[in-house]
Amino acid sequence: MYVYDEHDKQIAAERVAQFRDQTERALAGELSEEEFLPLRLQNGLYVQRHAPMLRICVPYGMLRSEQLRRLARITRDYDRGYAHVTTRTNIQLNWPNLEDVPDILAELAEVEMHANQTSGNCIRNTTTDQFSGVQADEIADPRPYCEIIRQWSTFHPEFAFLPRKFKIAVNASEKTDRAAIQVHDIGLQIVRNEQGEPGFRVHAGGGLGRTPMVAPVIRDFLPELDLLTYLEAIIRVYNRYGRRDNKYKARIKILVKALTPEGFAQKVEAEWAEIKDSPTRLNRETIEKFQGYFTEPDYQALDNASELLGKQRFESREFDKWLTHNVNEHKKPGYAIVTLTLKQTGTPPGDVTDTQFEQIADLADEYSFGEVRATHEQNIVLADVRQDRLFELWQRITPMGFATANLHTLNDIICCPGGDFCALANAKSIPIAEAIQRRFDDLDYLYDLGPIDLNISGCMNACGHHHVGNIGILGVDKKGEEFYQVSLGGASQHDASIGKILGPSFAREEMPDVVAKLIDVFVEKRTEEETFLDTYRRVGLDPFKERVYA
Amino acid sequence: MPEVIAADGSLRNDNWAVVARPEAGESLNIPEGQPALIPVDLWLAGADHYAGRDDIGVWFDSHDEPEQLASRVHEPALIAVNFPRFVDGRGYSIARLLRERYGYSGELRAIGDVLLDQLQFMKRCGFDAFALRPDKDATKAARCLNFFSQTYQAAADTDVPLFRRRAS
Repeated sequence: MYVYDEHDKQIAAERVAQFRDQTERALAGELSEEEFLPLRLQNGLYVQRHAPMLRICVPYGMLRSEQLRRLARITRDYDRGYAHVTTRTNIQLNWPNLEDVPDILAELAEVEMHANQTSGNCIRNTTTDQFSGVQADEIADPRPYCEIIRQWSTFHPEFAFLPRKFKIAVNASEKTDRAAIQVHDIGLQIVRNEQGEPGFRVHAGGGLGRTPMVAPVIRDFLPELDLLTYLEAIIRVYNRYGRRDNKYKARIKILVKALTPEGFAQKVEAEWAEIKDSPTRLNRETIEKFQGYFTEPDYQALDNASELLGKQRFESREFDKWLTHNVNEHKKPGYAIVTLTLKQTGTPPGDVTDTQFEQIADLADEYSFGEVRATHEQNIVLADVRQDRLFELWQRITPMGFATANLHTLNDIICCPGGDFCALANAKSIPIAEAIQRRFDDLDYLYDLGPIDLNISGCMNACGHHHVGNIGILGVDKKGEEFYQVSLGGASQHDASIGKILGPSFAREEMPDVVAKLIDVFVEKRTEEETFLDTYRRVGLDPFKERVYA
Repeated sequence: MPEVIAADGSLRNDNWAVVARPEAGESLNIPEGQPALIPVDLWLAGADHYAGRDDIGVWFDSHDEPEQLASRVHEPALIAVNFPRFVDGRGYSIARLLRERYGYSGELRAIGDVLLDQLQFMKRCGFDAFALRPDKDATKAARCLNFFSQTYQAAADTDVPLFRRRAS
């Protein structure tokens, strides 16, 4: 994992001092509300329904155990003892006091954390696959590139006041896309060219929100050394020509569409031609230096523990389920990737208490070289667990609530904080998630249904990624009443697509029945091998529509 | 006389006037006996008349393209870039292009909605003079210009991004 050097530490310390100064001037009335707004947003600070909400950055999802312990302490000392894992793999506090934020930042800086650019019209936290570095089929570890992007984008002087927020994601496997790169402003797919050299396929102009779009490819192969100059060219074109007259038309996707992907790519290439050999161009030594921060931990030479696991599976049906659903294959023999689920029914999806942060820190130290990853599906990953210790780990995490074996099932719901916390929301989202989880409480039935992404957003800003849920639920406001619009067929992987709206929206209490009817149609129509998405893509919207509105 | 902040945060008096774009049917109203900044396209349209004058400079609005001045960037006595609202970030790109692409080496002044907390970004993009919005306290500028002693990127202020400084 990346470790700060003296330069990073100095920048982090100076940032805390800067924000303290800004907060003091805001509280003293020297900065107007309007002037302070982008300053606090670029520090992750929203003023929300009940209190400010502070979004703490977790760069590309990586956390060390000491950082988890510090988060536990912060939630206890400055908040109400819990926080929320967001769909950008950040950690959000719901109830801090504005006056305390500089002190919280100082506490974070001590463990090499910050809240920079987690909000506002700037380059946000770069995200990637939570299985980076431990999956067998990745082309190269994306995390060194993510860290290079993090540093380049931190307080970039030209791009602090873009037309709108800007999100970059990097993915490393051609088979899977857990980072959902095609619904990002820039999506970078790591590839190798015919000579075997590493580089990126560059997508631009994807996004969710009011006008969801899948990002077209604007360059098939970008050599890795050109990463930063090309990003600079794209964002400069966006900064100059993106719309600023209407915030709903200000994302880069609107510009790409207006210019056409080809036209946009031409403008970027022309800009890039001017700066490709500028001092911002990377060199091989720098990339190797960053790769040196993400080397393999001290793995032991092990064999796969297939026999032992087989025996344990046979002895415990519950362990068997968990192993099947919440544990993934690791590139090293004898190791496994474990996902701790934060989706226990009755708890808002993605919420973590102070005690749980400490439990996760202990688990990381004991089972996974002291590191974890936060996921955009709002779970936590222990990436390097020995197979012969899986049973023991499962026994420990079961009472903690992290072993709910519902990963990728209908109950592994992605959900924004919604109207319970967020001032932007049109409707609540957490109670919908809970009602659906209660309705589908039979794990065997969930397994039989197979993988289904159900995503809930409380408003058009789409923090719950409803557009790319196989089933997407969007909270809407109708004359002051909360209603829910359903869409089907969204997907966020390499076959990314935007869901289609089913029809008129529903009242909250109808939602579990609506989902149940959708599932019934799937069960009736599916062939043996089909997932929900497959069936939907084969039969289309109509059979679902007929049943739900019958 | 209004104050202008220099790149080191020091203050000096300055009497350059910013001449607004004339309404349709009106002509440019350049004040007598005072140096003046005029809209860049109008300067270009009258370049034969204005070039070489040390009391006439140009200002870019945030939607103006710096490309139009590319070949004559050394001719105006002063270049300013307007920030119509401080959240309009186009001026940062204009400044970098004038400095880094077209090699402008004279004074580059930020005008308009220029506030304290953006000064260091502006400086890094190539501005070396700042007409702070009059209601803001210019004595705090020196601190705000130097919040950070380290920066990650190359920009108009440095050719050496941090990754190159680390390597040496």
